[in-house]
Amino acid sequence: MRVDIHTIFPLRRARVHEVYGPSSMSFAAMAAAGACLWIRESWHSDTITPQGLLPIFDPARLLLARPKDQTDALAVAEEVLKDGALPFVVIEITRPLNLREGRRLQLAAKAGGSTGLCIIPEGMGSNAAETRWHAAPIFDTQSEDSTLMRWEIKKNKSGTCGAWNVRWDQKTRRVHVVSPVGERPGSARTSG
Amino acid sequence: MWFPRLASDRVLRARLVDGPFAITLKSNNTERIYCLNETAEGLGLTRGMSFADARAFCPDLISQPARPDLDARFLAMLRRWATRYCPWVGRDGEDGLVLDVTGSTHLWGGEAEMLADIQDRAMRAGLTLRLGCAGTRGAAWAFAHFGTREEALTDLPVTALRLDETMVTALQRLGLRSIGDLADVARAPLTRRFGPDLLLRLDQAMGHIPEPVTPESEPPSFATRMSLPEPVGLTEDVMGLTARLLSPLCDTLNRHEMGARRLTLTLRRVDQGSQQVELRLAAPMRDPQRILPLFERGVSEVDAGFGIDQIRLEATQVEPLPVQQIGNAQTSPDQLNDLITRIGTRIGLENIQRFLPADSHIPERSFAIAPAAFSTPDSAWSCLRPRPLRLFSPEPIAGHSAEPPARFRWRRMSLTTGRATGPERIAPEWWLPNDAWRSGVRDYWRIETREGRRLWLYHTPQNPGWFVQGEFA
Repeated sequence: MRVDIHTIFPLRRARVHEVYGPSSMSFAAMAAAGACLWIRESWHSDTITPQGLLPIFDPARLLLARPKDQTDALAVAEEVLKDGALPFVVIEITRPLNLREGRRLQLAAKAGGSTGLCIIPEGMGSNAAETRWHAAPIFDTQSEDSTLMRWEIKKNKSGTCGAWNVRWDQKTRRVHVVSPVGERPGSARTSG
Repeated sequence: MWFPRLASDRVLRARLVDGPFAITLKSNNTERIYCLNETAEGLGLTRGMSFADARAFCPDLISQPARPDLDARFLAMLRRWATRYCPWVGRDGEDGLVLDVTGSTHLWGGEAEMLADIQDRAMRAGLTLRLGCAGTRGAAWAFAHFGTREEALTDLPVTALRLDETMVTALQRLGLRSIGDLADVARAPLTRRFGPDLLLRLDQAMGHIPEPVTPESEPPSFATRMSLPEPVGLTEDVMGLTARLLSPLCDTLNRHEMGARRLTLTLRRVDQGSQQVELRLAAPMRDPQRILPLFERGVSEVDAGFGIDQIRLEATQVEPLPVQQIGNAQTSPDQLNDLITRIGTRIGLENIQRFLPADSHIPERSFAIAPAAFSTPDSAWSCLRPRPLRLFSPEPIAGHSAEPPARFRWRRMSLTTGRATGPERIAPEWWLPNDAWRSGVRDYWRIETREGRRLWLYHTPQNPGWFVQGEFA
């Protein structure tokens, strides 16, 4: 049975989710699509560009936090999730969260009603995450659309898993599911 | 009070110069003498003389460029000092003060004693000071600038009436050299010829028309402090004291319609050591209930030692914060500002940033990153062509021709070009030094690889090479 993506995406509110894979930044931007705080440790040399963000949402609504290490990053994330003034928080994780840290983020999100999304390196997921996604770009043979991606939900605490080929529609500013899994070129290979 | 050598006296107080000394100011592309000391004046130098001429007259002239802003600050300081003689002190031009001493001379034992005291103190401070004391402000100005104590006001030249130069020349041509001459002439023709200004000045000097002294108000001080009979050491006690200091401070801020942007809490311990807790706010604020919890983190880190017996709270940076009507308006900006402040106490307020548009075609210069607390959001973004979401420093890949390579290795991945869109040529901004763009113009290509990754490559035709600079994740 196929799960409809709209039951899962937009991500469930007041929970912390996880995403990994080469397209995780796009995934995060598309999941936030509005006022959002992006927590990124200050030693990262690459930057997010507002122009790249422009098709997804207005970069003026993005705030960046540059803590010096992950301890600070998690403290900031907890504070912001608990406060609830910003509806969405993206946290870039560089070392695996332990059980306590994952649970604290989850509790903070529940208290404040904000949604959290951790961008994790592959295999560093925490047990407390509500959902875990894998996002990867795929090559589109038909059209010159540069946003075709394959999103796969690897873990779901309150539902089943599934995989979708999606693209970002710039005009309506929302995610469109392209066609069923396995019927598109590329998707069969990546899912296999 | 007239300080004829304010600028040079200010400098000479800090550095001792024996010989001639001059302050120069650049005007109309020429260095001109702005102020000079007595020795230099004795050698025949005058104000307004070009500096080159002065050097020719006097080769051992020591000089320094003028700082009118510092002079103004120095005068403000002197104005504050002058309030020791009377409360009614105003500034007069750029190098003078005017004091309304009515009713306060007896405190110094009379007018002459008071003037002597002022003169004496100014001399000890190394300032040249000329004093004039008279019944009116105009007359006092005239005595300070032109007269000696023995002369009568009517004997002073007409220049002493604070007139402009053309008028003085015209009056002298008419043979009206002193104030007395002027006072004897019929008033109507004078007004017809020179306008009302001349007689206004004359009447002000003579006391027929009042001329008030406008005292400057003291800048409000936003600080409170408290000394304790017994030292305290518990965090709750210190927080309680902070709350007690905060409410009068916020009242003062409220009265002046100001909001604190930066607060410093100084805790002095019994052993004379002191510790400071600094709080920087994301937006001006004066609500004690909102500020107090923000101090908790800083206060909990203070080492109380043997106890704290003096506590001082100061708003070191304030900004205007007009009173606002409370209504159904959204409170969200306040909540967000509070949040930014709270995070800022942990990671530093400048580490919470936002993007601002910048005017440049260079990808890494087309936006600016500014601290969120000190900038306002701006949505004037323009983007004609797709730009990558992630931008990193260029990573070289193998490639030879001007066309994008069909296969390449990047970050240990073997990639095959599926579709290439481009080129988009971006030329370096030669007017700005930028080492990264030394290799000349760049032809940017959008590469969609068969493996999925969508990369932003560029080729430098003037300095052949291929680089990966970004990823359309």
